[in-house]
Amino acid sequence: MPFYVSPEQQMLDRAEFARKGIARGRSVAVLKSGPGIVFVAENHSSTLHKVSEIYDHIGFAAVGRYHEFESLRIAGIRHADMRGYSYDRADVTARSLAGAYSQLLGAAFASSVDKPFEVELIVAEVAAQAEEDVLYRISYDGVINDERSFSVIGGDAERLANHIEGAYAATMPLADTVRLAAGSLSASAPLGAHQLEVALLERSTDRRRRFRRLDRTLVEELLHG
Amino acid sequence: METHPGFPANFLAGGSASFAELLRTEGTPPGVPADAGGPHGTTIVAASYADGVVISGDRRATMGNVIALHDVRKVFAADEESIIGIAGSAGVAKELVKLFQVELEHFEKVEGTRLSFEGKANRLGALLRAHLPSAMQGLTVLPLFAGWDRTAAAGRMFTYDPTGGRYEEHRHAALGSGAAYARSALKKLHDPDADELTTVTVLLQSLFDAADDDAATSGLDLTRGVMPVVMRASADGVVRWDPDRVRAVAEDIVAARARRHGGPKGGAL
Repeated sequence: MPFYVSPEQQMLDRAEFARKGIARGRSVAVLKSGPGIVFVAENHSSTLHKVSEIYDHIGFAAVGRYHEFESLRIAGIRHADMRGYSYDRADVTARSLAGAYSQLLGAAFASSVDKPFEVELIVAEVAAQAEEDVLYRISYDGVINDERSFSVIGGDAERLANHIEGAYAATMPLADTVRLAAGSLSASAPLGAHQLEVALLERSTDRRRRFRRLDRTLVEELLHG
Repeated sequence: METHPGFPANFLAGGSASFAELLRTEGTPPGVPADAGGPHGTTIVAASYADGVVISGDRRATMGNVIALHDVRKVFAADEESIIGIAGSAGVAKELVKLFQVELEHFEKVEGTRLSFEGKANRLGALLRAHLPSAMQGLTVLPLFAGWDRTAAAGRMFTYDPTGGRYEEHRHAALGSGAAYARSALKKLHDPDADELTTVTVLLQSLFDAADDDAATSGLDLTRGVMPVVMRASADGVVRWDPDRVRAVAEDIVAARARRHGGPKGGAL
């Protein structure tokens, strides 16, 4: 027997469903810093990534259901490569990609047939000047936030954000930034290199592709000076 | 097909890590120009040396008996460890290079790992085969693929035929209308154990000989200051030689050729 559910209640239920799914996952922090944009994720797997390269200056981070954000990541790479191939490499922007993600997630959230995505995403683009770096957080309902200095997604995002806020400075060098994020990601002891996935969108390098994964040895060095 | 806002449906479909296949399903008009009368690029040479491979291409493009361009580039980095040089119809050649570059990068990003060197060489063959109908209409392009094979820890080179067949070359390779003359020079001068500078000198000597006898090859154009593009692939990755550095080698060669036009003298036996 069909019965009436108010639209407000329906949205609240769907939001709670998505939030619960996301809260089960470990968090990711993305921070603007002097040498570029730093991605730090708690990730015990060294092959199933939460952080990835999208295009020359653009990186991606996600939490939630792996198969959902993996297909979103691939869609993002396809979007960027297709655009760069059809127009020019300079015409691929984080803004356009974040817009596409937002539309997709928002439509699935509002749809009466689809299940909402149980993911949160960050799309970041490094620029020549730190003030021009771009950091978008896209939540499960398609809402985009243009973040000023850093962004955290995942179950414990609010606590992490408060923790980072206290010690964050825009001009921090790489080691300090990684140490701050690693210290924040776990409520108890700071995480070690084998529990972290760390990547950097480098600001000044000769390489066209700015995204670089930092291997465990290097992360170890950064954490312990 | 199901539609989604934000992305075309095929972007969200599972399956392939190939950009070329995505391009086909997307139905984007392939960037191949229809006119058969475009400029034509020619000679590319490559040779192995002690630490990898070097590759060089002249800068001329011709349309019939006319020199269409004096500074066209035919040798490019395919990714951070391999190089593609390409001869033939210039517009198609540029497009094939661009597609191949995106193809390699796309795979690497989607799969999170680089294609094997064999894989890259095979993929280039497949792209060339897909281009066969245009080749039959006269828009032939032929690539030379060279680079550093991480697994084999060696520099490797491949040449192709228009049907996509790939052939590994072990010492040196030449491509385009000046290839026969360049190859003769390479046969006499090339030493696989030589250092980078010596091998680049040998490549430029071979381009000089190609330009000497083939009107479509430009050789060492000191007057205009347009030097052949020289690139190297070794364990340290792909590097393009600075034009000033190429020019210094070219000047030495031209000075030596002014004294002895045929180039360095070897013994008869």
